Amino acid sequence: MKLHEYQARDILASKGVPVPRGEVAATPQEARAIAEKLGVRTVIKAQVLVGGRGKAGGVKIAASPQEAEDAARKILGMDIKGITVEKVLVAEASDIAGELYIGIVVDRGNKDIAVMASAEGGVEIEEVAKTSPDKIIKIAPNKKFGLLDYQARDLAFGIGLQAKQVREFTTIAKGLYKAFVDSDASLAEINPLAITSQGNLIAVDAKIVLDDNALFRHRGLEALRDRSEESEGERIGREKGFSYVKLDGAIGCMVNGAGLAMATMDVIKLYGGMPANFLDIGGGAQSDRVTAAFELLLADKNVRAVLLNIFGGITRCDEVARGIIQALERVDCKLPIVVRLAGTNEEEGRAILAQAGFSSTTSMIEAAKLVVAKASSAS
Amino acid sequence: MSILIDENTRVLVQGITGREGEFHTRQMLNYGTKVVAGTSPGKKGQTVLGVPVFNGVKEAVDATGANASIIFVPAPVAPDAAIEAVDAGIKLVVIITEGIPTLDMIGVCDYAAENGVRVIGPNGPGVMSPGKSKVGIMPAHVHRPGSFGVISRSGTLTYEVVQELTSRGFGQSTCVGIGGDPVVGSSFIDILELFKEDPETKAVVLIGEIGGTDEEKAAAYISQGFNKPVVAFIAGLSAPPGKRMGHAGAIISGGEGTAEAKIAALESAGVKVAKTPTEIGELASQMEIR
Repeated sequence: MKLHEYQARDILASKGVPVPRGEVAATPQEARAIAEKLGVRTVIKAQVLVGGRGKAGGVKIAASPQEAEDAARKILGMDIKGITVEKVLVAEASDIAGELYIGIVVDRGNKDIAVMASAEGGVEIEEVAKTSPDKIIKIAPNKKFGLLDYQARDLAFGIGLQAKQVREFTTIAKGLYKAFVDSDASLAEINPLAITSQGNLIAVDAKIVLDDNALFRHRGLEALRDRSEESEGERIGREKGFSYVKLDGAIGCMVNGAGLAMATMDVIKLYGGMPANFLDIGGGAQSDRVTAAFELLLADKNVRAVLLNIFGGITRCDEVARGIIQALERVDCKLPIVVRLAGTNEEEGRAILAQAGFSSTTSMIEAAKLVVAKASSAS
Repeated sequence: MSILIDENTRVLVQGITGREGEFHTRQMLNYGTKVVAGTSPGKKGQTVLGVPVFNGVKEAVDATGANASIIFVPAPVAPDAAIEAVDAGIKLVVIITEGIPTLDMIGVCDYAAENGVRVIGPNGPGVMSPGKSKVGIMPAHVHRPGSFGVISRSGTLTYEVVQELTSRGFGQSTCVGIGGDPVVGSSFIDILELFKEDPETKAVVLIGEIGGTDEEKAAAYISQGFNKPVVAFIAGLSAPPGKRMGHAGAIISGGEGTAEAKIAALESAGVKVAKTPTEIGELASQMEIR
């Protein structure tokens, strides 16, 4: 789950990371009031969960409360990569003399946490990793004690900091690490970590992504979820315990199992079709689940045909067949539906479907070719 | 021979009285797996399908000699259950549970490694050595004994591929579901190392997906000299970047973890990569192995 900059900032500040003073505004008037309270030059920043807001014009400097109001008026309501800006952060503008990078991620390959720092702040770290990987220093925090002072200092010296900046960097690194671990993050990043003209370090941006698997023990953080940035389908999917990702094509897919669902999309594409979505309905294809899944698929107006690909392992094909029939009695689906049913009790399942007037295949390839044909003749 | 489990493995089910635990205990017993004990705090003295239930793993191990465990308990308590198994002397811990926090798994993997314990999963279907033992939730009937080793990050996709192999007469030595999470107890390489030494395994099928770089690492390992032919299928060529595709570990992040990169790496290592799960059967035929 992604957090907004203003939410991540608050968490970092609570762990001792210096951040510029600032507050969130939802209207130009609120922005003005905050700028007046701060009494200094401010930066007005769109709060959206996508990157590239700077390039899109979503970050502006304001020399006065009036300018803050004007900037907020321009930015609020702006569309950035399909998201409408609903909030801006109004923060005191730091005078930035240099930009560093510090970030903490889960290092899957090493089954560990990685803390990375670089003197190349202010650009995408993936770019730096590609073009000048030697400019990134990476360490694994001590397994027993967490990120130790000496490790943070190693990073600081490694990226060319000296004296008081090393001390400040150590405080920031440890604060970032604490934020990462205490909130069960999968990513916690300060980019850029600015060096002011006074030579102090301050976190001018903040990004935290929480591990979805850990939200059960962070209900307070989960409550910060920005529902406006989740598509309706994704929200419904999440609430019903499905995994749903909307795509652009015309073939709606419903599959049991994430790997099989991805493979189904791949095979549809291989045979010339475009999947409209990824949908893993998980184990147990009872009729309410199938009904809810159909409703989700059919809410997408791009869908011209539907493919159900069910491999019954523990789940039995006869139960799935009954579930499908019941679902289609409740949902009005006028689109062509191709059913692929294989595995436990597949003959029984297919017979049940046939009796209700639904044809089905046992071959996934055949089903994919069939649904691609139906989708193109339907459009 | 098979790897990890065989007809002698003595299995303990952690969470045996829960719905999943009980259901799959029945399935395992039906298959012939030696399920010798189960744990469910507070239910000591009960039996589930004839299997004695204990409050904790240590007493279960002391009483029954269990040497492998399968964990069905919910995500918030699964890490604790895994650590309990390690502390009790269990040497193979198979975690079926989905939804375990990643930082918890990092700790569990580290602790298991320190104690010489092999962890399989989490968020996977477990381990199956056809004809010998099933420590997992996979449908037994699609499997048959044979010489193909299978390593996979998926559940139903694995069964799909296994059924294809079986229908063409290619049985399996052992099928290992390493799981769909970002941090898992055993990687592709960990299992390849075991298959390398297993006389019963004559070929390996690798089923991967987007996210992480485990397949690329496996490709590098195979390049250094792997003694058996390997074929693969990688799911997610059509997946968009930045989106989690069901499995917690199935996400293309910062340009890393694409299916294209994995396929390219494997092909460079001499691994034939199928375009569909069904094509694995075709590739297996070309290998002239039975």
